[in-house]
Amino acid sequence: MFVPCGESGPDLSGCTLLLPAVSVGNVGQLAIDLIISTLNMSKIGYFYTDCLVPMVGNNPYATAEENSTELSINTEVYSLPSRKLVALQLRSIFIKHHRRPTENQHLLTHSAISSRVLDIQIVHIVPFGTGPGKYKSSSFCEKLLSWVKSSSFARVIVLSSSHSYQRNDLQLRSTPFRYLLTPCMQDSAQNEIQSLNWQEMEKTPCIPEMSDSDYCVRIPGGGITRTLYQESCSKEIPMAVLLKFVSEGDNIPDALGLVEYLNEWLQIIKPQSDDPTPSTLPWKIPSSWKLLFGSGLPPALF
Amino acid sequence: MAATFFGEVVKAPCRAGAEDDEEEEEERRRETPEDREVRRQLARKREVRLLRRQTKASLEVALLEKYSCSRFIIAVGNNAVAFLSSFVMNSGVWEEVGCAKLWNEWCRTTDAVHMSPTEAHCVFYHLKSNPSVFLCQCSCYVAEDQQYQWLEKVFGSCPKKNMQVTVLTCRHVTDYKTSESTGSLPSPFLKALKTQNFKDPVCCSLLEQPNIVHDLPAAVLSYCQVWQLPAVLYLCYTDVMKLDLLTAEAFKPVLSSRGLKGLAKNVPQSTEILRKLMTANEVQSNIYT
Repeated sequence: MFVPCGESGPDLSGCTLLLPAVSVGNVGQLAIDLIISTLNMSKIGYFYTDCLVPMVGNNPYATAEENSTELSINTEVYSLPSRKLVALQLRSIFIKHHRRPTENQHLLTHSAISSRVLDIQIVHIVPFGTGPGKYKSSSFCEKLLSWVKSSSFARVIVLSSSHSYQRNDLQLRSTPFRYLLTPCMQDSAQNEIQSLNWQEMEKTPCIPEMSDSDYCVRIPGGGITRTLYQESCSKEIPMAVLLKFVSEGDNIPDALGLVEYLNEWLQIIKPQSDDPTPSTLPWKIPSSWKLLFGSGLPPALF
Repeated sequence: MAATFFGEVVKAPCRAGAEDDEEEEEERRRETPEDREVRRQLARKREVRLLRRQTKASLEVALLEKYSCSRFIIAVGNNAVAFLSSFVMNSGVWEEVGCAKLWNEWCRTTDAVHMSPTEAHCVFYHLKSNPSVFLCQCSCYVAEDQQYQWLEKVFGSCPKKNMQVTVLTCRHVTDYKTSESTGSLPSPFLKALKTQNFKDPVCCSLLEQPNIVHDLPAAVLSYCQVWQLPAVLYLCYTDVMKLDLLTAEAFKPVLSSRGLKGLAKNVPQSTEILRKLMTANEVQSNIYT
């Protein structure tokens, strides 16, 4: 549920909601970080649920000593009222009960469900996981879309990514960016999108191994992207999905690419000079984007 | 997918989580009624229950909804528990008010009522001379899917804004991100995180970005931040995760904080008690015996 920072909830009707899907390379989340940081959006509340792994840390967008001590949690909502923009940032993954604790590297043994060993001391985890925690992602989608409807957002834009190794031949040869629009979004945005010459996400065989399989939208590595898209289609929510084909690694360039792709449409920031090339756009890297690959190295190593 | 050095193709771990919608949907389709029943049984087994050990009765309402609380101190992990045990619990008379019974793959307490002293546990006390001061000694691991349940059973759904929360826990120093090498850090050292409504001074420097905290301490702090409770987390980064004197003693500066004010009476005596606790827990190993 949405919990405002202050006493009363702000009026979000008519705003554009930007949110990431927790997906391969965390590209959507990195992109949202860039947007919040560049536009200096202010925190207006939390989207508090029991669906995501809890985490806390100090302000990831701190620019000075004074604002570096504000606590941040795993799901926060930011806004820029002048542009009627609202951003929801997700900072952790969905809870699955069979995940190992970070400080404990035990390997859990998997066994077939037929052993029914719940009552004895040996750890047996059903291969595909059991318990209500298994489907926290669907619960989250439901809660999120319910909030979208009740807040009367004008439109929702999901920033996401998909495994680049799953591309087919045509996708390998084209731009890595794709978009998807729900039917009611198509009515309002189709013309704009068409003028941008964007590539729509292709339908691929639902069951790749079968030659006569039906075709549907598949977003491997996209986390809840597909669920959000399909649910929004059926609930008549104006939603757009913008994604990039990526591989895990240093995904900062991918995030920059994705925000620039979004910027082509929304014009969040305009080029400073006449030169519209992406490298001149001033995206502000958040102060928390450091030591992404661990601490410094011991000098004795060399 | 990734190719290893030996030419095999393996599924590379994805930072975004293990599974997609598609795979989950597929599994949901394959699930039989038997599977659903096992799932339900496992969920029941993993439920967090709060009960009174003396009467074996479950608490009907959340702990802090049943009692009025002005200060709540939580120790998570063996060193934090040892610290509170020696410095705070030995300085006053504390009465047990409840115990959290939970089962997961790392904390297999089967019978909370007849737990042995060495078993991992999560016990709640209040101070007899000032019953609004609560303490929780949590030495068991509370799994991801149990953390929100724990919060619900302890804090309930009506957060009391005048309650101050203090959390003590440890993390391994290699989790601490710094531009220097972690090997050169003077561990153990203390770092703090506080919620917006916590206005008192902290006893050490704040945890800098990009460092984060997760597990139960993060769940507690998130709850307090969202519901505007004043709360502070004191995190001890150490290179010894088992019971260690230096690590437990590193929490000493916290004794001067408002959350623990007046609760520790005789520091030298408590230090001695802590030392004895450590020696008692040391496994004397001698290859000749």
